[in-house]
Amino acid sequence: MFNGAKRWLLLAVAAALVVSHFSSQFNRYYLGIALDVGINIILAVSLNLINGHTGQFSLGHAGFMAVGAYAAAKFTLVFSPQVEQSLPPALQPFFFLFALILGGLVAAVVGLAVGVPSLRLRGDYLAIVTLGFGEIIRVVFQNMESVGAASGLKNIPAFTNLFWVWSWAAVTVFVVGCLVHSTYGRGFIAVHDDEVAASAMGINPTRYKVTAFVVGAFFAGIAGGLYAHHKQFISPTGFDFMKSIDIVVMVILGGMGRTAGVICAAILLTLLPEFLRGFADYRMIVYSLLIIGLMMARPQGLFTFGRAGKPVGQ
Amino acid sequence: MSSFCQQLINGLALGSIYALIALGYTMVYGVLRFINFAHSDVLMLGAFAAYFLASPVAHIFSPESYSGAAVVIVLSSAICAVLGMLIERLAYRPLRNRPKLTVLITAIGVSLFIEYTCQHHSVFGAETRRFPQLLPQENIQIAGLSVDSTDIMVLIVTALLLAGLWFIVQRTRTGTAMRAVAFNERAAALMGININHIISFTFGLGSALAAVAGIFYAMRAPGIDPLMGVQPGLRAFTAAVVGGIGNLPGAALGGLLLGLLETFAGGMPGISNYRDGIAFAILILILLFKPAGLLGKAQVEKV
Repeated sequence: MFNGAKRWLLLAVAAALVVSHFSSQFNRYYLGIALDVGINIILAVSLNLINGHTGQFSLGHAGFMAVGAYAAAKFTLVFSPQVEQSLPPALQPFFFLFALILGGLVAAVVGLAVGVPSLRLRGDYLAIVTLGFGEIIRVVFQNMESVGAASGLKNIPAFTNLFWVWSWAAVTVFVVGCLVHSTYGRGFIAVHDDEVAASAMGINPTRYKVTAFVVGAFFAGIAGGLYAHHKQFISPTGFDFMKSIDIVVMVILGGMGRTAGVICAAILLTLLPEFLRGFADYRMIVYSLLIIGLMMARPQGLFTFGRAGKPVGQ
Repeated sequence: MSSFCQQLINGLALGSIYALIALGYTMVYGVLRFINFAHSDVLMLGAFAAYFLASPVAHIFSPESYSGAAVVIVLSSAICAVLGMLIERLAYRPLRNRPKLTVLITAIGVSLFIEYTCQHHSVFGAETRRFPQLLPQENIQIAGLSVDSTDIMVLIVTALLLAGLWFIVQRTRTGTAMRAVAFNERAAALMGININHIISFTFGLGSALAAVAGIFYAMRAPGIDPLMGVQPGLRAFTAAVVGGIGNLPGAALGGLLLGLLETFAGGMPGISNYRDGIAFAILILILLFKPAGLLGKAQVEKV
């Protein structure tokens, strides 16, 4: 299993590199959509580790995305001019990689700071508190003069390309998959299934929850960095509660704790508004009906085939 | 000193509005143990109901009269009570015995559905509308203070509604049944209480209070729009948690506290920019250090 997974990861990264090499041949519009799809896969798969596999319902994922986006963008904006003069061209990509990982690490630290106190709570209270933290992060960015306050950051260098996005998507799927399938990762599933029983078996639920939270926040931060260098502009309003809901809808539609389903849902929900003209007006109405309908009829998600998925919140 | 007293009255008026909304959150949590996310949208619908009722009522009664305003408020409350019961019947009743998170996610879905449907250009549209003047606006001079008459109205009506609610919950058969359902649903059902009726009634009562609060909120705000309920809803939910969720006097107290806090914090430069974050910060602190709230009792979880 593990060897197979590693081989797939290398294959995916190689494919991303090859496709990215020819990306100048593609239509720019479709290229942009391909980047959006990849970024959303990273977001949805990382949130799925928290919400699905570990069963801790978080509504603040956009907050961690914002932290990563701002950290990475600020870093490249400050150091990009010096780097272009001093670094040889061959090393340029590593500068962006460093910025991304920096964004991810800052997001992970914030995830730790948020997770340690709030993960003592359960169920709906946890959902509310993560929502609150997400909004607090947004309000803080709105008042930070150094990152443009309410007007946001502009003219971020366009470093993001197919290779970076799809490699990171592959890495995210690989890391989350290996985590969940490892001996350690069975702890996440145990905490999801029954916290009391898990702690009776000697598993420390809070530690597992915090781990899931920090790993999820790290990848959300990476996705934020990629997003910032793809759109070249970020502002606090882009990372509000609605953005979190978008990601949550992907996870619910795909099925909690079903990585393959969540990837399908992320692709579908990113392409849908692009290819349905006039859908933008109805998008949130359809999403909300989708949430209600799924919760009533198929709480395990749409894309769950074969093995029964895990219903929400058990 | 006089400015302090004016701020105080302002804060109390805002706090009473939060208290009215918080009661709905707390009552529903009491009987069903979940957070009704859509409550803040019922408040918005109450304000819109009043917006559309204002001109026909003004034709019958004289405009800006107390009797006309009373009719508008009563009709809007009735409309919202029906809407609240409808939401419960369609969205929450089918999920009665499902895991709590399923219901919470559904509630978020219902909330988004109401907000975005109302924002669509064929319903209300997303733009802000000016709320009509329902009451005569005058400044009353009390002991050297000039007080807005609307604030006084809000305080008086809230006091009356709180007294009425206390009477319903403590002194009527339906209220006794509500308390019984909150205490133990199964035992209440065995005693012959119709659970569905009681839960429906709770939603209706909470939604009617939210409608009154929404109208008062709209009177003080510059205008109304489909997302106007979100901020007061969040503050009121925080108030309910501060007071101890499921605890009626706690909700009223928490509402007043939050209204005062917000009014006094809003007057301080440097803090006022963070206003949206303040309620959340309070909420998080309360949940972390005193999850049962100020007046709530800590509960031991049984396995």
